[in-house]
Amino acid sequence: MGPLARRRARAAWWFLLPSLTVLLLIAGWPLLRTIGFSLTDAYLGDLENYSFVGLDNFILLSQDPFWWQSVQNTLFFTVASVALELVLGLTIALILNVALPGRGVMRAAVLIPWAIPTIVSARMWQWMYNDLYGVFNQMLMGVGVIAEPIAWTADPALSLWAVVAVDVWKTTPFVALLALAALQLVPRELYEAARVDGVHPVKIFFRITLPLIMPALLVAMVFRMLDALRIFDLIYILTSGSPSTMSMSVYARRHLVEFQDVGYGSAASTFLFALVALITATVLTLGRAHLTREVRQ
Amino acid sequence: MRLSRARLLRRILFYLLITIILIYTLFPFYWAVVSSLKSGSALFEAHPLPIDPAWSNYTAVFQEQPFGRNILNSILVSTATVALSLLLAVTAAYAFGRISFRGRLPLLLTFLGVSMFPQVAVLSGMFELIRTLGLYNNLLGLVVSYMIITLPFTVWVLTIFMRELPKELEEAALVDGATHWQVITHIFLPLMGPALVSTGLLAFITAWNEFLFALTFTLTGEMRTVPVAIALISGASAYELPWGRIMAASVIVTVPLVLLVLVFQRKIVAGLTAGAVKG
Repeated sequence: MGPLARRRARAAWWFLLPSLTVLLLIAGWPLLRTIGFSLTDAYLGDLENYSFVGLDNFILLSQDPFWWQSVQNTLFFTVASVALELVLGLTIALILNVALPGRGVMRAAVLIPWAIPTIVSARMWQWMYNDLYGVFNQMLMGVGVIAEPIAWTADPALSLWAVVAVDVWKTTPFVALLALAALQLVPRELYEAARVDGVHPVKIFFRITLPLIMPALLVAMVFRMLDALRIFDLIYILTSGSPSTMSMSVYARRHLVEFQDVGYGSAASTFLFALVALITATVLTLGRAHLTREVRQ
Repeated sequence: MRLSRARLLRRILFYLLITIILIYTLFPFYWAVVSSLKSGSALFEAHPLPIDPAWSNYTAVFQEQPFGRNILNSILVSTATVALSLLLAVTAAYAFGRISFRGRLPLLLTFLGVSMFPQVAVLSGMFELIRTLGLYNNLLGLVVSYMIITLPFTVWVLTIFMRELPKELEEAALVDGATHWQVITHIFLPLMGPALVSTGLLAFITAWNEFLFALTFTLTGEMRTVPVAIALISGASAYELPWGRIMAASVIVTVPLVLLVLVFQRKIVAGLTAGAVKG
């Protein structure tokens, strides 16, 4: 390393200093404090006085069936919504990838659900799901498919699927746009060559297109999975935290803020953090070769 | 003849698919607009059009709660968050994108990791921090807490944009004795315009839509942001939500976002794909 390179490396640290300081202060410190709180009996009304209780909160947590229900709900929601979003998103991307007049309009139309606040989409769907006056029940009853109104968000057998449906509606555009961007990077000549050779379109898709866009799809999948694991807004509004849909984030916040039990709530938060960290670490390790290549140019 | 008929059929099928996609994505908005224009008992009948359009829901939104103030809060918080994130991220992205130094990759992955961890994981620690700083029920408290979401991904996306600029750019200037700061302000910033717009838009939308922190760190109606205000609109009882008003409020905040998307869709897509596909 020459003197110039060394000087540049030193400069790099100076340029990183502000962001690093901010992140340590607003991410690192609160995270450590939350983990610390999980070992205490801290109470929201008075965060200064608390005593150390060891792993008591975690033991209590592991004995609460509602907690395990919310873990199960979160995992089910994550797998169901991400799988549907990938399939639907890829389908929409394939359609948008065909040159057609007004593609810009289409792209804007699929972007809009992504851009609006989750709270707004939750409210709009909550109104459509309304058991008495909602448009879904009125339409289905009007056509005669159902005789009785369905309690979409209250029926424990349906409510989690109702949540998945809203998330799929809101987030498929994100997946579709990422898939579309990847599709547009596939060289046209490949298709031409395959078509000249008389390869069936379905075979072209599975043999050429899919392998080429796989890395982008995997990245989208990871982003979506980590996002789905922390789901809060949608469930908070749509089913106001009934046990049959409660997610880990909703559970943690309820104990932290509504029941003011900071110690116990922090234990739930810490559990969720550990789960996400584990998944992230696994993914980063697996994807490291790919990432390293990208970042090093 | 037969061939062209088959082709026509395919065409029709194709446009049918497009129509289904459009209906799927747009119907909830259509229904929100229609519902927001119905008042009284009309709301409870599923007419596809408001027979007798009424604006009363729209005026009620502003009368029943400080919704104007809530919109202003959201604008202030989101703008401040974007400005602060971009300011910090440009220098960090310069270091990550243009200089090779030991520990760059692990550090960059740490930034990426922070953007992925669940907000609820820092909730109690952040609550304590915000109280200690005296920023509870204060818009500044929201700006501070939002940085945890926006800063890592602005750094990430800007780093990727920075890397794509040709390497010769700063070499000559640095050899001629320019400082790194001059290189950033005189060479990169002018070129980074589009990237800053893309990243800034993403950060703005993220901050505008944030709910968990805004719900937890504000107390009074005057300090709420738009998502919290809409989430907490309530009627005479828990079972009688004023749906007309809720839909009106939803339409009000959706319209500017729709305009933003229509005007900047290329920029938004560029930012989204830079952050994910190339990552």
